Amino acid sequence: MRGILLALLLACPALAQASAPAPTPEDRLSAVFEAIEANRLDDALKRVDGLIRDYPNFRLAHLVRGDLLLARSRPLLTFGNVVKTVPQEKIAGMREEALARLRAQRQRPAEDRLPRQIMQLHAGQKHAILVDSRRSRLYVFANDGGSPRLVADFYVTLGKNGVEKTREGDQKTPVGVYHVTANLPRRKLTDFYGAGAFPINYPNEWDKRQGRNGFGIWLHGVPSDVYSRPPRASDGCIVLANPDLESVGQYVQVGMTPVIIADEVEWSDPAALAAERASLAAAIERWRADWESRDTEKYLAHYSTRFAAPGQDLKAWSAHKRTVNGAKAWIKVGLARVAMLRYPRERDFVVVTFDQDYRSSGLSNTMRKRQYWVKEEGIWKIIYEGAG
Amino acid sequence: MLISAARSATVVRGSVLLLACLIVALPARADDMQDASRMLKAGQHQQALERVNKVLAAKPRDPQARFLKGLIFTDQGNTKDAIDIFTRLTQDYPELPEPYNNLAVIYAAQGQYDKARVALEQSIRTHPSYATAYENLGDVYARLASQAYDKALQIDSSNKGAQNKLSLVRDLVGGAQAPIAVAQAPKPAAEKAAAEPQKPVAEAPKPPAAKPAAPEKPAANASAEVLAAVNAWAAAWAKRDADGYLSYYAADFKVPGKESRADWEKSRRARLGAAKTIKVGVASPKVTMAGNDGATVAFLQNYQSDTFKSSGRKTLVMTKAGGRWQIREEKSN
Repeated sequence: MRGILLALLLACPALAQASAPAPTPEDRLSAVFEAIEANRLDDALKRVDGLIRDYPNFRLAHLVRGDLLLARSRPLLTFGNVVKTVPQEKIAGMREEALARLRAQRQRPAEDRLPRQIMQLHAGQKHAILVDSRRSRLYVFANDGGSPRLVADFYVTLGKNGVEKTREGDQKTPVGVYHVTANLPRRKLTDFYGAGAFPINYPNEWDKRQGRNGFGIWLHGVPSDVYSRPPRASDGCIVLANPDLESVGQYVQVGMTPVIIADEVEWSDPAALAAERASLAAAIERWRADWESRDTEKYLAHYSTRFAAPGQDLKAWSAHKRTVNGAKAWIKVGLARVAMLRYPRERDFVVVTFDQDYRSSGLSNTMRKRQYWVKEEGIWKIIYEGAG
Repeated sequence: MLISAARSATVVRGSVLLLACLIVALPARADDMQDASRMLKAGQHQQALERVNKVLAAKPRDPQARFLKGLIFTDQGNTKDAIDIFTRLTQDYPELPEPYNNLAVIYAAQGQYDKARVALEQSIRTHPSYATAYENLGDVYARLASQAYDKALQIDSSNKGAQNKLSLVRDLVGGAQAPIAVAQAPKPAAEKAAAEPQKPVAEAPKPPAAKPAAPEKPAANASAEVLAAVNAWAAAWAKRDADGYLSYYAADFKVPGKESRADWEKSRRARLGAAKTIKVGVASPKVTMAGNDGATVAFLQNYQSDTFKSSGRKTLVMTKAGGRWQIREEKSN
């Protein structure tokens, strides 16, 4: 017994050390800038030297080191004071990376705010990913009883031409609600993709309906000769430093983990979010109950005039439902594992997915279903419905 | 450009002055040393080497002879032996800045800027007012910065531009004809310094003990004094000691703008009083002497208060009055 206690005591300091997270390269870069601001330039140089020793491909760190050395020789005119003829956009890219990283370090989301985009996660979704394209930041949220809790965030590179992809080859990153569809390990990829890749389902149903095309939008790593890339440098993919991609990989469940790409994360008041969630949940419940009631007109009232399902507009859908529902002696509908994700750039537009347990006199089935709900004149309506 | 001819000349001038004092101390080998120095200037490396070796045979640890031998090797392009000699000098005489500096010049010529930087920082540590080392260090920092930028931008460091700069250094340090020659320095001061070794020979009978402080160059002493005053001024400012700070301004200080001296002092006091904290950094100062009582100090001023922060070049025109260096003019540029 004493032996065990002793072993535990001995193990404790080691455990404590292991649990304290090592500063990331970004933390260390931030410390370099703090030292510069405090006029501790020697300290800043020492820190950046150490950072470069550990991450020799961190180009931004080399740029900062150049500035720190040059400052000893002459006054600096700008950040990245490169005194030679080089393409300015290369330096501009690193400046933007520095700004994005510093901003993320210094302007942390308030503890008591939640992302409005993640209205509700279902029990099977352990995490959700949310990309703030304006801040070049990817946030990972854990599922805390349906509510999101921020667990990690990373610098990301997005499309050369920004966001809202519409066409193949437009070098833009899509804006919307997606999910991870596969896990491609490093060994199946070229060096360009670094530590691995996680494709997402762009174009989704809504994209297709809007006539957006293109394909092959992935979360992936970087080539071995760089640590990171400038904020706007990909052909539309979401690119992370290799260690960061590996971290994100630990959170990803293929086919399950949502990836929401937004202009900005809307950090909202939890109470307001709860009210929004309740309002939509009530609408979904009314839809379910009305379906069970076999009052087909009441049930169809939940569908928008703009509704479309795969291969069916509202008219065809209504005709089909009238026929089917009218023939039933009873219908039971159960919903489980309901997720609600607010669509970026669209007003009051939510992607709802759930397990639907349908039983009736005649036919029974269970399926994963996806609906797009939109608020029209204050009332939640379904604008799309299909398999999830 | 890197490490100019004038600066290389400064290196040697220092050594010649040092030489002068030792000549006084040891008249017996003065002729040999003087000859060796003259031969080096004339590009007669082999003869110079023979002469120096003769001195070293009698006094193997003699710093002057070893230093001169290092210069000869440098001049011959025998960098390996030159590095060896200067390195040993830094070990045996860590208080002398020149061997560090020359070591750095050789390293820089080899593109070993990190080593050059370490050597120059040593040189400055031993002699805080050693202007040559400061200037060289500035250039080495610029080269190191350039290398860092190359890495940031993924430019091949062996590109043509960088090569040109490196060969330029080699030219100036180890050039073929009469390099590092004091005679090339256009400044009257250098001429005077070069001429000085002549004098001690004539005045050799003077008691050797009379000049132990001679290695302390007069010019360096004066510029060190000026620098000390600038640092004290900055310190008073940082302490928000308005009286102390204002005491560094000469009676005939040129008040900026159209303010009267009294109004200017009042506004300075208010400014110092308003700040909660002030930090003033004087970086890379360069002192240019103008006679015995005048000097100009250019430096990078890093100012930071709790509310304001700036960094820029500043030039102080200094004057010596009543044994104190004071500011006559303060220019930001």
